[in-house]
Amino acid sequence: MTDTAVAPPTKSDQPRTPTSPLARLRDPAWYQRYGVYVAVAVVLLFNALFTEHFMTADNFRTQLVQVAPIVIVALGMALVIGTEGVDLSVGSTMALAAAFLPLYLGYGLVPALVVSLLAGAVVGAVNGALVSLVGLQPIVATLALFVGGRGLALVMADGQLKQIVNPDLLSLGTGSFLGVPLVVWIAGVLAVAVAFLVQRTTFGRQIVAVGGNRSAAALAGLPVKRVLIGVYVLCGVLAALAGILATARLTASDPSSLGTLMELSAITAVVVGGTPLNGGSVRVLGTVAGALLMQLLRATLVKHDLPDSTAQIAQAAIIIAAVYVARERRSR
Amino acid sequence: MNETKPVTVAPAPEPTKTPAARPAAGPEQTGRQRAAELLQRQGVLAVLLAVVIAASFIYPTFASLDNARGVTIQASFLAVVALGMTMVIITGGIDLSVGSVFALGGVLAAWASQYGFLAALLLPLVVCGGIGLLNGLLIARGNMAPFIVTLATLLGARGLLLSLTDEGATTYLVPKDSAFGELGQGSVWGFGHPILIALVLFGAGGLVLQRTSFGQTLFAVGGSSDAATLMGLPVARTKILVYTLSGLLAGLAGALNAARLSSGVTIVGVGMELDAISAVVIGGTLLVGGAGSISGTLWGVLLLAVIQNLINQIGSLNSSYQSVVSGGFLIVVVVAQRYLARSRRST
Repeated sequence: MTDTAVAPPTKSDQPRTPTSPLARLRDPAWYQRYGVYVAVAVVLLFNALFTEHFMTADNFRTQLVQVAPIVIVALGMALVIGTEGVDLSVGSTMALAAAFLPLYLGYGLVPALVVSLLAGAVVGAVNGALVSLVGLQPIVATLALFVGGRGLALVMADGQLKQIVNPDLLSLGTGSFLGVPLVVWIAGVLAVAVAFLVQRTTFGRQIVAVGGNRSAAALAGLPVKRVLIGVYVLCGVLAALAGILATARLTASDPSSLGTLMELSAITAVVVGGTPLNGGSVRVLGTVAGALLMQLLRATLVKHDLPDSTAQIAQAAIIIAAVYVARERRSR
Repeated sequence: MNETKPVTVAPAPEPTKTPAARPAAGPEQTGRQRAAELLQRQGVLAVLLAVVIAASFIYPTFASLDNARGVTIQASFLAVVALGMTMVIITGGIDLSVGSVFALGGVLAAWASQYGFLAALLLPLVVCGGIGLLNGLLIARGNMAPFIVTLATLLGARGLLLSLTDEGATTYLVPKDSAFGELGQGSVWGFGHPILIALVLFGAGGLVLQRTSFGQTLFAVGGSSDAATLMGLPVARTKILVYTLSGLLAGLAGALNAARLSSGVTIVGVGMELDAISAVVIGGTLLVGGAGSISGTLWGVLLLAVIQNLINQIGSLNSSYQSVVSGGFLIVVVVAQRYLARSRRST
C-alpha cells in the first residue's frame, strides 16, 4: 500500500446536500456551524424567563464592554487558527502594548498609540518569522514571547502599575457614542472588517488556503510565508489594541496582570465559535458569538449566585462539547 | 543520566540511543554530523555547565552548598511535572492542565493531611490521576486535539480547586510535625526529600523510556501514530496511560509542594504548564513528538532554575528579567534545534 495513491485529505466544508430540517438537526456539521448561535439563544431565553434584571440595556452594556477586548483578540486568533496556527503570546502582547503607553503619552496620544500598536506588530512579526521562515511549530514559536513578552513589559514599567491621566486616552475606555460604549463600537467595526477580509479579499482566501493545505497552497504559487507573517502581525496588532482599550478602561497600565489567560479565552471563543483548530476555515461571526456565549454564561451563573469556580467548570464542559461536535465532523 | 551512560559503557560505533525512525543515512557519520547530533542532544548540559561554572567565578555566593540546595529544591517540583510532560510530548501530545492539577493536588493533600499520611498522598493522586485519565480518554478514544482538551481541564481543575477552597478564601494547613509535613521538609544529607524523590522518579522514567516496550511504544506513537497503529501497537492505551501519568506526577508534585509549604496554596501553578513545556523543549525533546530524552528535561529544568537564581543574585536586576532571559533562551534553543535537525537531514 503506497501513500501516494491516497488522495490528500481536504478540510474544506463538505458539499451541502439539500436535506429536510429534521435530518439537518441530526447532522453534526450543522451543530458545529450554528450550535453556538443556538446556545446563545438558549442562554438569552433562560435569562429572559428566570433571571431578574438581565434583559436590560444596562446589563447588556456591561456585558458587551467586558467582552469587547476578548472579541478583538479572538478576531486575530481566529485568523491565526485559520492558518492551522495558534498564538499563545496575545496576553503578553496586551501587557507590552500597555507598558508603552505611559512612556510615550508625554509626546501626545497619537504617538503613544502608534508606538503601542507597533509593539504589537513587532511581536507578531517575530512570531510570524519564527513560524514561516524558521519553520517552528506555532505553539513553540509563540511560547517564547508568551514567556518573554510579559517580562519585557515588566522590565519597561519597572514592575509597577502606572496611573493613566491623559483624558483623551481615558475617553477611549469610558466614552460612548449613541448610547453604545466606544469599545463596543470598535470591536463591532473590527469584527465586520475581519469578516470582510476573510470573505471578500484575496488575502482572506489565501489564509483559508494556507490553513487548509499548506503544501498545496505553496504549489499553487500562493505567497505562503507572507500570508503567515501577515496573519501573526494582524493578531499582534489586534492584541495590542485590546491592551490599549483595556488600559484606558482600567485607567492604569498594569503589565503584571493585564491579559493573563487571554490566550485561553480567545482560543476558547474561536473554537466554540466553530473554527476548526486544524485550520482551513475561519468563522468570524461564530467567534464573536463564542466570546459572547462564554461571557453571558458566566454572567448568568454569577447572577444566580453560583460562584465563579462553577462558571469555570461549566466553561470547561462547553469547550469539550464544542470540540466533540467538531471531532464528529472531521472523522467522517 | 540515562543518556550518557551507554555511550561510555558500550564501545559501539554508533550510539544506539537514538529513538525510532531515524533513517540510516549511511554506514559512517561524518564528524560534523556527529557533532551536530551531540550538540542537539547534550547541548543543554553544556550550556548548563558553562553557566554554572561562569556564575561560580563571578558570584561567590552562587557556588555555596546552601545555594545549591535552595536551587534544586525549587527546581524539584517543576522537574516532577516536566517529567510527565516529557512523556506526553514524546507521544506528540501536550498537557496544558498540569499547572492547575499541581495546585489542585496541593490543596487536596493539605486538606487530607488531617486524616494521616496515606490520605494526604492518596487523595491527590487519585483525583489528579483521574483528571489525567479523563484527558487521555478524550484524546485517545474521543479523538480530540490534546491542546484543547487539556486547555479545558486546565480551566476545570482550577474551577474545582476554587470551589474546594471557597473561591480561594480558605487555606488548608498541614498539621505540624506530621509525617506528611516531614515528606516535604525533611532531608537526607542536607538535600530535601523532594529533590531525592524527583531524582528517583527521573531514574525510573529514564529506565522506562529506554529499557521497556512501553518506552519504545511512546517513541513509535510520537513518530507516527498511524504507523504505530499499523504495527499493532496499543496506541490508544499508550496515550491514555501517558496522560494519566502526567496527571499523577503533577498531583504528586503539588502534594510535595504543599508538604514543603505546610499548606495548600491556591495561587501556585499558574503558568507552570508553560514552564514545564519550556524545560522540555530546551532539553531537546521535539514538540512534534517521536524524539526526546528525560535527562535533557532535567538539565532544562535546572537551567531555568539557575537562571532564576542568578537573576536573584544580581541585585540590580529585578525578577522580570527572568522571564525575558528564559524566553530568549527558548528562542535560541528551538531555532538552533531546527537548524541542527535540518543540517542532519540534508546531508
